[in-house]
Amino acid sequence: MSLLSVRDLKVGFGPRPCENEVVHGVSFDLAAGETLAMVGETGSGKSVTSMAVNRLVDFGGGKITSGSVNYTRADGSSVDLAAAAESELEQIRGREIGMIFQEPMTSLNPVMTVGAQIEEIFRIQQGMSKSEAREAAREALDRVRIPDAARRLGYAPHQLSGGMLQRVMIAIALASNPRLLIADEPTTALDVTIQAQIMGLLSEMKRETGTGMIFITHDIGLVAGFADRVMVMQNGKVVEQGALDVVLDNPQHAYTKHLLSAVPHFSDGKSVRDDKASAHPALKVENLTVRFPVRSGLFRKHTGNIHAVEGVSFELKAGETLGIVGESGSGKSTTARAILDLVTPAGGTIKADQTQVGGTDKPVQMVFQNPNASLNPRLTVHSILAEPLTAVGRRIDADAVARMEMLLSRVGLPADSLARYPHEFSGGQRQRICIARALMLNPSVLVLDEAVSALDVSVQAKVLDLLIDLQQEFGLAYLFVTHDMAVVERIAHRIAVVYAGRIVEIGNARDLLANPRHKYTRQLIEAVPSLERRRTDYSIDTRAIPSLVRPIGFVPELEPWLGAGEDHFYRQEG
Amino acid sequence: MTALFKDVLRHPSGRIGLTLLIVFLLAGFLGKAGITPYDPLMQDRIARLQGPSSAHWFGTDLFGRDVLSRLMVGIGQSFVISFFSVGIASLLGSVLGLTAAWFSGLWDGAVMRFMDVLLAFPAILLALLIITIFGPGTWTSVLAIAIVYTPIFTRVTRGPALSLRRRDFVDAARTFGTSRSYIMTRHLALNLVAPLTVQITLALAWALVTEAGLSFLGLGTQPPNASLGLMLSDARNLMELAPWLLWVPAIALMLAVLSFNLLGDALRDILDPKTRRRLA
Repeated sequence: MSLLSVRDLKVGFGPRPCENEVVHGVSFDLAAGETLAMVGETGSGKSVTSMAVNRLVDFGGGKITSGSVNYTRADGSSVDLAAAAESELEQIRGREIGMIFQEPMTSLNPVMTVGAQIEEIFRIQQGMSKSEAREAAREALDRVRIPDAARRLGYAPHQLSGGMLQRVMIAIALASNPRLLIADEPTTALDVTIQAQIMGLLSEMKRETGTGMIFITHDIGLVAGFADRVMVMQNGKVVEQGALDVVLDNPQHAYTKHLLSAVPHFSDGKSVRDDKASAHPALKVENLTVRFPVRSGLFRKHTGNIHAVEGVSFELKAGETLGIVGESGSGKSTTARAILDLVTPAGGTIKADQTQVGGTDKPVQMVFQNPNASLNPRLTVHSILAEPLTAVGRRIDADAVARMEMLLSRVGLPADSLARYPHEFSGGQRQRICIARALMLNPSVLVLDEAVSALDVSVQAKVLDLLIDLQQEFGLAYLFVTHDMAVVERIAHRIAVVYAGRIVEIGNARDLLANPRHKYTRQLIEAVPSLERRRTDYSIDTRAIPSLVRPIGFVPELEPWLGAGEDHFYRQEG
Repeated sequence: MTALFKDVLRHPSGRIGLTLLIVFLLAGFLGKAGITPYDPLMQDRIARLQGPSSAHWFGTDLFGRDVLSRLMVGIGQSFVISFFSVGIASLLGSVLGLTAAWFSGLWDGAVMRFMDVLLAFPAILLALLIITIFGPGTWTSVLAIAIVYTPIFTRVTRGPALSLRRRDFVDAARTFGTSRSYIMTRHLALNLVAPLTVQITLALAWALVTEAGLSFLGLGTQPPNASLGLMLSDARNLMELAPWLLWVPAIALMLAVLSFNLLGDALRDILDPKTRRRLA
């Protein structure tokens, strides 16, 4: 008897759901205690399918047009959720089917304490009294390994980190011991080390409670050590499903093969680039320091500084990529923004090469993480590409238009793109527009801040290839900021690992990845999920990043550098 | 511009709104230009309080004046006040809101707190205060209504401008060294056109009602000149004897407000590049 049996499920949207079908006849079974991984890219219908199971899709304007979702309830009775009434669904949702969403920050009410939100579940679903619920909430937080649970109950969501919040969401979802847990990309918004912790937590929870789980992800590597079965979706159809090892080792469908090959494999530095950069220096950063003032009290008195970036130095040669890796809050993006003068550094020097042919006094350009946000939705591509030229006082003449057309075709966009608006392009295409825009001024250095992180894996691979081609063609130096070790392995010649505002290890990519010396680098590398590893033993580390807030006048001590070979240095750990 | 006009005509509620508005504008223009069936001020003692007929389409009032002619003049008067006051309010409000968002700090605090003070007064009360200071008249009404609606435009501009300012495309622009004025006009203002346009159409409707309210209270247009509010006020005592005197200006006011709202809906859909394609 399976826990969940979905047959020929079809879901449509809008006023005429039959004509606007998004999920076309999905069937699968899930046994009690089993984990099913739904894998697919954006728009493949994986989220819609899972939301149809607990009928949350109804609230998003969707409708199940045909098919059945047979769910076996705790008392052994079977119910077709596709036809169930809303009152019956309310009994099942939360109690028997729990859900974890992608974005923990927006899934919690910002004005209620975390404790109150967990207690609410116990009071509503299990009819507990106020004090019983409080005790149960504390136990729930303990269960998801939140240190110092009793105190954290009184915290508002904004006082907790993303990883902690996702643990709170898991605690809420598991509060009433659901028999089925739907996790919709629960780690996508998190750092790789935090992701490993959450995955570890989920697999422990799975073992402890025997909950059946549907795990939705775009990253097939992530589920390698976790799922029992895999279901691959494309365009609202299931293209392949089966036991994990069978699908991963012997994929039948072309799309599964494509997905598996597109996953950036992380191989401990074995597959780094071996092309050589020139000796011509493109960017030299010395002792870069960025501090943000902390103000508190009624008069917003300046009480301290956040030491966001501390004594960062590196050199970048033409045609070379320096990967900057680290988790959010480590200062890697702030470093990038300081180089572009988007934040004002407190100290240090930044020297960029201005001798690039056709270059300007803006030799460093930037590509941002989110292509949707970095293009003005109300300007045509023509205006978007013209802007950098206008900014440096050049006229938009035939030459300028010719350059736009050249760059557009070079980044792989159709010739008629100039008259179109950003929303008419896909995410990957928009990122290509951003790249073309960054190249309009013939820069010598391109700063790429998580430039492929928001893209689907197969699109990601293509954009990375494009970036490598462009680098070789134009002799560009890249400063590639990312949290993704597999991506950095693929594109970087050299890597700098940033932790708590400082570079803790820097060196050529092969040595650094194969032979990491600093503890934090090792931790980062261990956390990378990969197909090869098929690991289940994600370790749970609940240490928080040290606070970077320091009193005024604090002079930080930088640990001395130790050498680990030619072009490989790390900081002594104190 | 002609493309926008065509888009409005293609939009179902835009079509109705625009048609109504054109009728009103035409009536108002003719009224203001003095091209009316009768002299709106001419009294005719014999034809007092006549119901609608072929000679007087909307009947006559207590002094035997033609209601249609007075309505046309009134519409003209109301629309002139409404357009001028909203024009001033939207221009002043959006400039204040945009600069408040961009420069933040002290300027932002000063502007927004002053707007809070203005908003703290009920609209009519604030308008009454201004008129009491400057004395009634067309231009005082324009000024009063403009001041009343400026804070709304300031807020409508400042909020989105603040969030737009932190968007990546503004940062991207700064990396090319784009000038401040270019960022303000192309990246901020251009993205504010849609919310502002919708706000303007709504404000035009409110301004009509506020103007009618002021005239109704005897502080707007002064008799014997005609305005919608004044006509309503005069008709109040004759409600049972001559109900058309009340119905005509009331329905005219309602339809005028409706035309702006429908047009606002249509413009909101059309000005957003995301929905424009779908409509076409």
